[in-house]
Amino acid sequence: MAPNSLTERNDERNVQTREETRSNERYIRPAVNIVETEEGLFLTADLPGVAKGDIDVNVEKGILTITAPAKSNLTGTPVYSEFQLGNYYRQFTIPDSLDHEKAKADFVNGILTLRIPKAEIAKPRRIEVQVG
Amino acid sequence: MATWDVFKELDSLRREIDEAFRGAGYNRPFSPVFLSPVATRRFPLVNFSEDEGSVYVEALVPGVDPKDTDISVLRNTLTISGERKPFAEVKGMIHRSELGSGKFSRTLELPVDIDPNNITASCKDGLMQIKLAKAEHAKPKKIDIKLS
Repeated sequence: MAPNSLTERNDERNVQTREETRSNERYIRPAVNIVETEEGLFLTADLPGVAKGDIDVNVEKGILTITAPAKSNLTGTPVYSEFQLGNYYRQFTIPDSLDHEKAKADFVNGILTLRIPKAEIAKPRRIEVQVG
Repeated sequence: MATWDVFKELDSLRREIDEAFRGAGYNRPFSPVFLSPVATRRFPLVNFSEDEGSVYVEALVPGVDPKDTDISVLRNTLTISGERKPFAEVKGMIHRSELGSGKFSRTLELPVDIDPNNITASCKDGLMQIKLAKAEHAKPKKIDIKLS
């Protein structure tokens, strides 16, 4: 990984695994794609069965948290099951060089798309070298 | 007699290895992208239920446009096929790549014969709901026994 990576390790801000006492809830870890571009961070996440209004994307102390509840509407007597729906939950450590205030989120066909631009000061600049 | 499905066993092993790696703190799945659920035979994942008149199927199809999906039924087999298109192409450094894309087709054996003229399906937020009416001959019938 490049030394200027946006997801560079930072021991002062470790993402904690979700541990709660007296909680019987199951948490589902959604699959994601994360790409770092010159403009910022581009994240897509699988969140099938979630209503758009129920998605919560939060950035606090450099940690991006995605939470979203999903519920099955299957009626009748269960015969066969390959998946369970519950609460999606996943966290990522992200650097301060991203401008969280300008983040944009979109949700189409069960896919969350999140774009977090770099702060102006963190964007790469091309400097012309004048040969005199 | 139960048959041994090598692809199902491999997929099950892949999931177990992925979970073990994630439990150990590695976020990236161990198995390569070509073994992602879209590339294997288990996409979409499904749940079945039934009542006296119908069979209900729920399928996970995130990222699939309902217009790109086909549902067909023959006797007691249901086929769901379509395409999960690649996401917006963004060039840059890839930190996580866990979502697959591509064409898929899954044929499922239902517990009873289905009436092909009485099927309804809807898809919202990546979750597909299919209601399949049972064929008349497959519905339970009550038989009165006359005692002599």
